[in-house]
Amino acid sequence: MRRSTGLLLVTALGISATACGSGESPRSSASGGAANVTITVACQPAKTAPKDRQAWDDDVAAFMKAHPGVTVKSTDQQPCFDPKTFGPKLAGGQMETVFVVPMTNYGDVIAQGQALDITQYTSLVKNWNDLRPDHRELLTKDGKVYGVPNVHYSVGLVYNRALFTKAGLDPDNPPKTWAEVREAAKKIAGLGAGYVGYGEYSGGNTGGWHFTQAVYGRGGAVLTPDGKKAAFNSPEGKAVLQNLHDMRWVDNSMGSKLLVGWESLMMAMGSGKVGMMLGAPDVVTDVVTKFKGNVGDYGITGFPEAKASLSGGEAYMINPKATPEQAKAGMEWIDFRFNTVGKGRFDFARGKAIGNPVGVPDNAVYGDSPTGKAIQEDRVKNASLPVANYQTYVDAAATIPPKAEPPHAQELYAILDVPMSGVLSRKDASVDQLLADAEAKANTMLAAKG
Amino acid sequence: MGIFRRNLTAYGFLCAALFCFTVFAWYPMVREFILSFQRTDLINPPEWVGLDNFKAAVADPAFGEAWLNTLEFTALALLCGYAVPFVVALVLNELRHARAYLRFVVYLPVMLPPIVAVLLFRWFYDPGPGLFNQILGFFHLPALAWLDSSSTALISLVLVSTWMNMGSATLIYLAALQNIPPELYEAAELDGAGILKRIRHVTIPQTRLILLLMLMLQIVATMQVFIEPYMLTGGGPENATVSVAYLMYQFAFSQMNYGQAGALGMMLMLALLVFAALQLRTTREDQA
Repeated sequence: MRRSTGLLLVTALGISATACGSGESPRSSASGGAANVTITVACQPAKTAPKDRQAWDDDVAAFMKAHPGVTVKSTDQQPCFDPKTFGPKLAGGQMETVFVVPMTNYGDVIAQGQALDITQYTSLVKNWNDLRPDHRELLTKDGKVYGVPNVHYSVGLVYNRALFTKAGLDPDNPPKTWAEVREAAKKIAGLGAGYVGYGEYSGGNTGGWHFTQAVYGRGGAVLTPDGKKAAFNSPEGKAVLQNLHDMRWVDNSMGSKLLVGWESLMMAMGSGKVGMMLGAPDVVTDVVTKFKGNVGDYGITGFPEAKASLSGGEAYMINPKATPEQAKAGMEWIDFRFNTVGKGRFDFARGKAIGNPVGVPDNAVYGDSPTGKAIQEDRVKNASLPVANYQTYVDAAATIPPKAEPPHAQELYAILDVPMSGVLSRKDASVDQLLADAEAKANTMLAAKG
Repeated sequence: MGIFRRNLTAYGFLCAALFCFTVFAWYPMVREFILSFQRTDLINPPEWVGLDNFKAAVADPAFGEAWLNTLEFTALALLCGYAVPFVVALVLNELRHARAYLRFVVYLPVMLPPIVAVLLFRWFYDPGPGLFNQILGFFHLPALAWLDSSSTALISLVLVSTWMNMGSATLIYLAALQNIPPELYEAAELDGAGILKRIRHVTIPQTRLILLLMLMLQIVATMQVFIEPYMLTGGGPENATVSVAYLMYQFAFSQMNYGQAGALGMMLMLALLVFAALQLRTTREDQA
């Protein structure tokens, strides 16, 4: 009965209610000159992380002192980017002057005019030319730049070193092939009830996302080069599903529970009973900081048999309604807080002092440029985590070519959830049939999208 | 003028209610109707696209599955959610002891926030240490995959929904049962009617209007099932629990396709309106 009061209208309510503030542009207190300007910036740490929040506030104070006339107001919505509220926030005038967008959403945000053209301001980011060119390219459309790359990573294999040791495996010699992954998973699952050798997603679009990672890793593609047809019904796609099916039903090394949504696998990994999963280095950080995993237990290595790696990351963008003064101040903030070696987020000494997990190679946004090398040296110098646990990933990541997400990624991931959940929930699932069905659906979707 | 002054307080309450309905129900409805004919990114001026959103929604690979799942969920939810509260109300009505306590117990799940109730069932359904499989194990029955199998996932959601919502329906049935004049039962007993005959010839005819009303309300509510698939299954496995409302959510907030979500919402609303009109007509004919 409770649902009858409005679920039917959930979409319209969500959109309309937030639209009440429509027309309100980011506040500027400019009074006759460009000097006085107010900007709002996203991603202030939550109150539940008081030390990180204090560090952020200190940076805001330092920035305002260095930029007289600029007032910075922070917002602490968690997560910083939420696709559910992104559009309504922009429409309702509630979007920050400076906001973050994950790589998955670059295409949509730029195509829909939801980010400002910042081409004329890129020189305000002092190390702009050292940022990864391939990542900058993703933020460029028709020669115009729409964002500053902030985080870049490629996918590897996150594993629990403690479980490796317990299962008689060598944690310093993690699996390099899928056959080795399968063997290791069997041994870890053999530790007893509740132990899962290899964890994998199956729903909430995360199943399709990881399927894409695995297909890329094996050298396959999910779409044809022109993006018009599905290309995952291929030997690589079949190998991914067959391997998962066999691990789940032949080896019984994947547990009996379907994992739906990002936090489900992260929570399982944090519990210390899951041996391996596909993931970027930020998985280690999140498992430790958000899901109470024991920091010394986790390592990350290169993607098994990798031929390419799905790129991930995020970028800062500027509100399309920002005034030129706000845009300039916003870019200066991005430069100050996120792109200065030894300062802001790269102040690893401060990070270590306040107990942050320093040392995970969770951001290759500067690649091996001079700025990137300086950041990495500083990170290693102040590491609070065992950096050796991540070295095989660092070595492998340097050699594996990155590959961007496909167009219409979320729609594709929703379709690809079905074969993933199929092989993980049905012993008699036909890989060929699942892929053929998904291919037909994807082609219908792509044709409708034009 | 005198009548107006005398009823001033009532008009005040009426205005407040009208205001709330306008802002939170009717305005969103109108906005959704408009939205379903537009392509919008919520930033640039919307573009009128005619029936394109409806065509795109129908062409979506999950469209057919979502409607079939929703209809199946509604049918199963009616089987459980319609009959069980009525039977529970009949039993509660017959009880002489602990009636207030049992009423409280039956209503308790309604007071739980839906998210909490759903998360509770996530643990019950866990294929490993979950409560339900522990119970099955106690009776030496094989464990079930519950939410993790496309053959049992939907019925598992029905059980959650029934448990969460049966309290309100039970109390409404109970109120209707207590309004039945006891003389009717006495007369039936004198005529030699047993318990089943009393239910058939006294209880059901006397509560017919409430039963019809509840049927309509429950169909309207269950056709909009969202929280259960959103929280428990993500629409899976293999799209076995994708509902129309869940697909609307996917369109709007995962694919940022607000117009397509609005179009699907309009289709669902239209289906429910047709059903509600038929239901009202039947009820009116019945009353006449």
